[in-house]
Amino acid sequence: MIMADEMKLVNVKVNGIPVAAPIGTTILDAAHMAGVKIPTLCYLKGTNEVGDCRLCLVESTKARGLVASCMYPLSAMDEGAEIKTNTPVILESRKRTLELILSTHERKCLSCVRSGNCELQKLCKEYGVDDEKLYDGYRNEFELDTTAVHMVRDNNKCILCRRCVGACDNIQGLGIIGANNRGFASFIGCAFDKGLGETSCIHCGQCIVACPTGALYEKDDTAKIEAAIADPEKLVIVQPAPSIRATLGEEFGLPIGTDVEGKMATAFRRLGFDKIFDTDFGADLTIMEESAELIERVQKGGALPMITSCSPGWVKYCETYYPEQIGHLSTCKSPQQMFGAVTKTYYAEKLGIDPKNIFTVGVMPCTAKKFEVTRDQSAVPGVMDVDVSITTRELARMIKRHDIDFTALPDGSFDDPLGESTGAAVIFGVTGGVMEAALRTAVEKLTGETLEKVEFNEVRGFDGIKEATYNVAGTEIKVAVASGLKNAKVLMDQIEAGTSPYTFIEIMGCPGGCINGGGQPLVDSMVRNFVDVRALRANALYANDAAKTLRKSHENPSIKKIYEEYFAEPGSHKAHEILHCSYVKRSIN
Amino acid sequence: MGADKKAVPFKGTEEQKQQLLEMIAGLKNERGALMPILQKAQDIYGYLPIEVQTMISDETGIPLEKIYGVATFYSQFSLYPKGKNQISVCLGTACYVKGSGDVYNKLMEKLGIEGGQCTPDGKFSLDACRCIGACGLAPVMTINGEVYGKLTADMLDGILAKYE
Repeated sequence: MIMADEMKLVNVKVNGIPVAAPIGTTILDAAHMAGVKIPTLCYLKGTNEVGDCRLCLVESTKARGLVASCMYPLSAMDEGAEIKTNTPVILESRKRTLELILSTHERKCLSCVRSGNCELQKLCKEYGVDDEKLYDGYRNEFELDTTAVHMVRDNNKCILCRRCVGACDNIQGLGIIGANNRGFASFIGCAFDKGLGETSCIHCGQCIVACPTGALYEKDDTAKIEAAIADPEKLVIVQPAPSIRATLGEEFGLPIGTDVEGKMATAFRRLGFDKIFDTDFGADLTIMEESAELIERVQKGGALPMITSCSPGWVKYCETYYPEQIGHLSTCKSPQQMFGAVTKTYYAEKLGIDPKNIFTVGVMPCTAKKFEVTRDQSAVPGVMDVDVSITTRELARMIKRHDIDFTALPDGSFDDPLGESTGAAVIFGVTGGVMEAALRTAVEKLTGETLEKVEFNEVRGFDGIKEATYNVAGTEIKVAVASGLKNAKVLMDQIEAGTSPYTFIEIMGCPGGCINGGGQPLVDSMVRNFVDVRALRANALYANDAAKTLRKSHENPSIKKIYEEYFAEPGSHKAHEILHCSYVKRSIN
Repeated sequence: MGADKKAVPFKGTEEQKQQLLEMIAGLKNERGALMPILQKAQDIYGYLPIEVQTMISDETGIPLEKIYGVATFYSQFSLYPKGKNQISVCLGTACYVKGSGDVYNKLMEKLGIEGGQCTPDGKFSLDACRCIGACGLAPVMTINGEVYGKLTADMLDGILAKYE
């Protein structure tokens, strides 16, 4: 229920445009309502609301001096305020602020990974910064932190906006990184200045997608792929995760939420991959194994609730922060790893080639997948299930370098047999999708009847925690879905306290699931603050699912075939050897 | 900047640990408890090494980085113990223009530590201070309160030798 106080409106004018905004609205939001775009740099809604960069300063007849619009809530006192966002004083102030930020910023812009989509660069251009050296003086020099398996921190390019800290702290609840020291000596780092790789970082990459500059970026593994493609001995297989088709287009200027599945398949072929398969096949396989595991746990009294294990950041979080609860994790490998394991076993045997000569590449929305491929869980001893895992951004980089005009590409298709998938698999890319896909299969298995309505709307949407209860063949199944680790913590604390009412839980490490993963295309904060990027991307996946004839994993003909020819049935001994894994207890560092 | 890799070995006692745990238990449910906890922890141990900060993190649930961030923000907190012999070099205006900066740098070089730190053997700690009112003797330093004046860098070996 909305309190009466919050319903009260305050009338102001922004650059002469009248706005009636609810009390408590920031000037920044009120300006947005008036169609006025105030520049921001440190501000990331819900993630970092600290007002430290001073770019969004405005004038108000009801306030003294310039005020930070992102942190100024309108109150009844502001009734009738004339707010100006573009006076000469303000423009001069913004230019000066940018010049001062540049004075301690390493300006290797030409070769910077963020050149072209750097928010600092964009603002400098907009506000006419024509002398980037104006305030040059002493500058701290930092060694690159390359200790983490998935990313690099280059503090020489850090502007201390603290968006990464907000992502780690406020979104994920981890607090691995923060501001150390004071004043000019301050920098963003880990406790006791340890490298990120020596901490309990779970590799989610939410700090990377929060960063406005080139201070944080994934380790680029594209050279390894180029080398494999150039090696005639290697059969190079690519598998893109479900969510990549919903986001890759952004890298080429297409609107957020454009499904580019067909163009992506063509791009893979032009890049020189030998086999264009799909992680969606791995997702369908995951559903077969995971739903069988769930039914077995329910019927035989295994550890409940069972929790999904697709998200490697979440898995490492559980291992680190809830080591006593790892028995609740499904033993299923993630779709990426299941798919990789199948290429090195079933597919290698089918083709009669040495698995050592198969090079499997995952294209993932995720930086934690770079960690996942290093886990000790290979199906074939000495052969990695997946050789290299790259992000959506790295794939886009490869496509651009190979002179491929992405937006002009004709639609292509995936290869058989591991490119075949169902609608259940494609929704893995959004929070609630694994749950929905698992329910589609589990309900049919338990009832023995065909499910007519395959949508489970209760588990869709972007609430941090969603729950639903289903009565399936006389058994009550209570499920929960969480995304973002701060939300996961709530469900895990219940499990630890023995009060969890659930049978099955889906957890994704990133808020909103893979469509909002740490490896996805970067979206300018000035867009992100006002557009629900997650919903637009998710719509592309739900539309993809709805357009498919086959929407349940167990209906996938190639899945049926792989069980007939190889695994016999879900949960078989062979399936366990190849498709399942174990977990380790880790300590907090 | 920040922590030194060759830290002085931690020599906390069981008694100190009990004191710390009791102190945290009494404070941790209050809002903004971290500052008083750190102040009292430094009273107990004399400084805030990783071992102490880790215990605070475990007991309060506050991430270690948050604690470290606060401990390195305020100059009242030290990550290093004081040495058996505490050297304090005056960097006040008079001493500084008479060359105390060189003396300070030379001491850092000889002891192999930064200002604010302690040698791994625990013998010497080095700090800078502001005017101690002995400007007539500039540049000056004190070791355990004993004043050495009209210093030059080449006098340091002889002075340090007295404390070895």
